[in-house]
Amino acid sequence: MKDNNIIEIKNLNKWYGDFHVLKDINLEVKKGEIIVICGPSGSGKSTLIRCINYLEQFQEGSIVVDGIEVTNDVKKIKAIREDVAMVFQHFNLFPHLTIRDNLTLAPVWVKKKPKNEAIETAMKYLKRVGIEDQADKYPNQLSGGQQQRVAIARSLCKNPNVMLFDEPTSALDPEMVSEVLDVMIELAREGRTMICVTHEMGFAKKVADRVIFMDAGQIIEENPPKQFFEHPESDRLKLFLDQILSH
Amino acid sequence: MAVYKQKEVRPAPASTKGAIHWLKDNLFSTPLNVAMTVVSLAFLFWVIPPFIQWAYTDANFAGTTRADCSGDGACWVFIKMKLDMFMYGFYPSEEIWRLNLSFFLFFGLVAIFKWSKNIKIKFAAFNIYLLIATILFIGGIFGLEFVPTDKWGGLMLTIAVAAVGIICSFPIGIIVAFGRASELPIIRSVCITYVEFIRGVPLITILFMSSIILPLFFPEGMTFDKLLRALIGITLFQAAYVAEIIRGGLQSIPKGQYEAADAVGLSYWQKMLLVILPQALKVAIPNLVGAFISLFQDTTLVLIIGLFDLLAMVRITAADSSWLGMETEGYVFVTIVFWAFCYGMSRYSISLEKRFDTNLK
Repeated sequence: MKDNNIIEIKNLNKWYGDFHVLKDINLEVKKGEIIVICGPSGSGKSTLIRCINYLEQFQEGSIVVDGIEVTNDVKKIKAIREDVAMVFQHFNLFPHLTIRDNLTLAPVWVKKKPKNEAIETAMKYLKRVGIEDQADKYPNQLSGGQQQRVAIARSLCKNPNVMLFDEPTSALDPEMVSEVLDVMIELAREGRTMICVTHEMGFAKKVADRVIFMDAGQIIEENPPKQFFEHPESDRLKLFLDQILSH
Repeated sequence: MAVYKQKEVRPAPASTKGAIHWLKDNLFSTPLNVAMTVVSLAFLFWVIPPFIQWAYTDANFAGTTRADCSGDGACWVFIKMKLDMFMYGFYPSEEIWRLNLSFFLFFGLVAIFKWSKNIKIKFAAFNIYLLIATILFIGGIFGLEFVPTDKWGGLMLTIAVAAVGIICSFPIGIIVAFGRASELPIIRSVCITYVEFIRGVPLITILFMSSIILPLFFPEGMTFDKLLRALIGITLFQAAYVAEIIRGGLQSIPKGQYEAADAVGLSYWQKMLLVILPQALKVAIPNLVGAFISLFQDTTLVLIIGLFDLLAMVRITAADSSWLGMETEGYVFVTIVFWAFCYGMSRYSISLEKRFDTNLK
């Protein structure tokens, strides 16, 4: 593993039954790099990032995160999940817990932090995403944009080295997208490694170091944003960009 | 092109409110509805006044013997005189204070549950209460006289059987439900076999098995308390139903909750107990309480293996030569007691649902 790589994915292959979802994926991510993955639905982009924290199992190839190989070994999975945070399309906040308890649950039970210390950290991150005054409410009392910001704050509580975003804005009302993107842009500028599956091309242009285009389970094109958007090479990507940027 | 101003909020029209409007809307809206309202009211007039006359207006409350009962009304003197039997069965009368003490301590427990927010204190108080109540019921230590379970009876037996059945079947049911949802095929098939076996057998059969067939397998001289055997049977029976209800709750939890719990780093048990189970139980509350109400009523089946619960007490007390033929009063009384308990559980279920409702308050 090269020194400044935080994630190395080699020859990754995955099948759902007989369906070949990921084909020979090779990807190296440097520390602090911001990667945006886009592509048509069903292209395997979510599946790829979900392999990184072992929410999905894979059959061939290897993934190494921060020096730890992703295998079905419980200890290693635990170590990786302490290092890698994930933000989901549908937020997946715990609806039976208040916002504050959503944030302190893992620190208290996984990291065994004292409760008041965990609350302090939680409030710090809630403030960062601008919803510290909602701490006593339940998730269903917040708007979609607020819920997603809470989810981001929750994932920040363990101070992760890598953050995975799985289409974080695609379940939101159009009016709420920007409040979530603003938070993500701020995070990106802090130098945390981020891998975002998203179709927010404005976000990609603004902060991404590399943009990856996937189709039918493989990486088709991979370039810095300027080149990716202005000089796409493959016909598939040209068509894709045409379709999402044409209106 | 035009731009419109925001409109003011107006109250709803007055014609949608008021008692007359409600009657018109709900009871007399169509000819069929009018007919049904009239028939229902007629039925109530036919049934309720005679019952009130029998149970209250013409009834006898004062006195101590059968001779004090006259007229056509109910003879509640019978219930009054036999109340100890209905409540405590054959429990020695000088020890009955122990049962009453447990009963009053229960209100202390309720108070702790009401005022304390700390789940650890609640859990500890609950367990301490169970321990104290068990010691008070059975005795045999701390200078309390031992009361064998064949002296138990009446309402205290009904409550003891139902309480043990509910409290013990709950954790077993949860574990079996987890097992049925497990990814490990052996655990899963063991749990499925257990549930499907129990659900295919009536409770009465399980009680017979536990009281008659089971002892045949024990070595000679080894005896098991009859009540204990019944309790084990009832617990195992109820656990299968609880497991199925909780499994239904588990299935209603979206996959995203499991993934989020995994992603924040919780272990399997932390994930299940802190994230999944609380949500599954919330969904399952109405059905769980329904099952516990059924269990409370099913405790009457212990009669067939020779235990005398509240219902069985009617037959025993009405067989007393000085109170022959008092079954009607007995059954009405027992009905009211059962109804009060079941209605209480049902109301408690509704208040629990409200308390745990975290959707859009």
